[in-house]
Amino acid sequence: MKIHEYQAKRLFRENGLPAPEGSVAATAAEARDAVRELGGRAVLKAQVHAGGRGKGGGVRIVSSPEEAEREAAAMLGSRLVTPQTGPEGAPVRRLLVEETVDIERELYASAIVDGAAGCVTLVGSDAGGVDIEQVAAESPERIVSVPVPPAIGFQPCHGRRLAYGLGLGAELVRPFGALAGGMYDLFTRYDCSLVEINPLVVRSDGRLLALDAKVAFDDYALFRHPELAEFEDPEQDDPFEARAREQGLSYVKLDGEVGCIVNGAGLAMATMDVATEAGTAPANFLDVGGQADEAKIAEALKIVLSDPGVTKVLVNIFGGILRNDIVAGGILLGASDAPRAMPPMVVRMLGANAAEGVAMLRDSDLDVTVVEDLRGATEALKAG
Amino acid sequence: MSILVGKGTRLLVQGITGRQGSYHAARCREYGTDLVAGVTPGRGGQWFDGDVPVFDSVDEAVAETGANASLVFVPPPFAADAIIEAAEAGVPLIACITEGVPILDTVRMAPYVKSLGATLIGPNCPGVISPAEGCKAGIMPGDIHMPGRVGIVSRSGTLTYEAVGQLSALGIGQSTSVGIGGDPVSGVTYIDVLSAFEADDGTEAVVMIGEIGGTREQEAAEFIASDFSKPIASLIVGQSAPPGKRMGHAGAVITGTAARAEEKERALAAAGAAIIPSPAEIGSTMAALLGGNR
Repeated sequence: MKIHEYQAKRLFRENGLPAPEGSVAATAAEARDAVRELGGRAVLKAQVHAGGRGKGGGVRIVSSPEEAEREAAAMLGSRLVTPQTGPEGAPVRRLLVEETVDIERELYASAIVDGAAGCVTLVGSDAGGVDIEQVAAESPERIVSVPVPPAIGFQPCHGRRLAYGLGLGAELVRPFGALAGGMYDLFTRYDCSLVEINPLVVRSDGRLLALDAKVAFDDYALFRHPELAEFEDPEQDDPFEARAREQGLSYVKLDGEVGCIVNGAGLAMATMDVATEAGTAPANFLDVGGQADEAKIAEALKIVLSDPGVTKVLVNIFGGILRNDIVAGGILLGASDAPRAMPPMVVRMLGANAAEGVAMLRDSDLDVTVVEDLRGATEALKAG
Repeated sequence: MSILVGKGTRLLVQGITGRQGSYHAARCREYGTDLVAGVTPGRGGQWFDGDVPVFDSVDEAVAETGANASLVFVPPPFAADAIIEAAEAGVPLIACITEGVPILDTVRMAPYVKSLGATLIGPNCPGVISPAEGCKAGIMPGDIHMPGRVGIVSRSGTLTYEAVGQLSALGIGQSTSVGIGGDPVSGVTYIDVLSAFEADDGTEAVVMIGEIGGTREQEAAEFIASDFSKPIASLIVGQSAPPGKRMGHAGAVITGTAARAEEKERALAAAGAAIIPSPAEIGSTMAALLGGNR
């Protein structure tokens, strides 16, 4: 679960991590007043669940309350397009209004779970304020990682290792270590999947400050953090993805024309690859899971068809607990009250009750091409 | 011959009275697995399937039945606890099917159970099956497998079945098939399973299925280059997934260049693995690799 920057900074302050002074504005008038409070010069930051906001005009410096009001009026209610949002952008409902900060130096710091190390790992770089993926790819020597053994937790030596690794001056080693420890505590306290500060700035007076803050939580651990429910902002999610999640379906919208209906995440990815190999492109990732019933399959089909880009449907089921006759029944049910006519369908069913499932679809009035295996699916998609 | 489970496996199922646990315990038994016990706290004294005793604790189950492997179906909030209980009771092999275990639970629990000498498979995995010895500790459909000499290791469930299905269709049997799980942190790694296959006389060649996200496949590639001598064919799925979007598996998200499919394929090819060009070609690639030795 992602949250907004202003929410992340609230958690930062509550946990002793230094964040700039600021407030949240939902109207242009609130933005104007907030800027006046800050002395007339401030930064307006659009609150969306996506990075790269600066590139899309989502971060603006203003020098008067009046300018703030004008800029805020233009930003609020618009949809911000960034390199991470897709062409439709994300809705801007709130602005974070913050003091401007004198910057001596920009660093990078984050806490993640590193799969290779198998534990929470602190990551730092002296290249802050830029895309960290790019730094990792082009100059990996500028990135320092310190795994924190779960049995012992964060120790000052971890902070020192990170600070010395970044070549920080003596005066910064202790505050940087304290900051790293605070990030680790925040990460473990709330079952985070990411705590990131980019840039982490060194001010001209030598103090550290989290100029930006990104926090995301492990969805699987939300059950033990009811207090985080207030941070949810479903409007930031793709509407199809939100609807799928309500149904317990794992769906990710993509840009192609082949709607994929599959059981299992690995097989779903493989099915997308098959669509690509056929010279087409997948319209979605969809894992209906092993526990689906007819109603859930019907809902899955309707979500797939809600994407206007879908001109073909590829069904790939390896039946086990989920039987193919259930899948076929769900497809017929979904097609009967779908938002539009059912496009041609390529069906590959294997495993439990595959013959029954195939027969049900073949005997319907839907346009169905039945294939035996993935190679057959590729050929059928190629044939159009 | 096989790895991890086989004729000597005495299986215990944690969460055996639940819907999933009872269903799959029965399927494992049908396949030929020696199911010796079930555990559900508070349900001790009951019987499963007529003659399999249910115990309150793993300690008791191990003492009474000599169980030496556990299959865990306990719901996510309690899964780590169940795994720790099994490891502390001395169960040497634990496969956790449960999907949705909080990542920090696994981060804390996995090194601990390892320190107790237990081998953990999963969480969020299909388990393990050794067709060559008629033993299944997992949720995979038994009837698609056939006994043979090809080992399979994968992060995924149904995609593993796809691989098995393609191999069996060509008459290529399997020694053991292991799903190591789709979470970013889990118990056994590709390397653990590959080194077991390397040492297993019953395994002649291996299919390794990887996916986007993380760097586990690259670590496996280093191992293959230095310590793995058997023919190996490898498929990486998620070629068409865009960066930053999680494809179902908690680990399957491209967060940097190393997480991309082509980087993984490059590393595996450099290590000497035969790259399976398409999910449709798993069986045919292995058939070509085996040549006349089928």
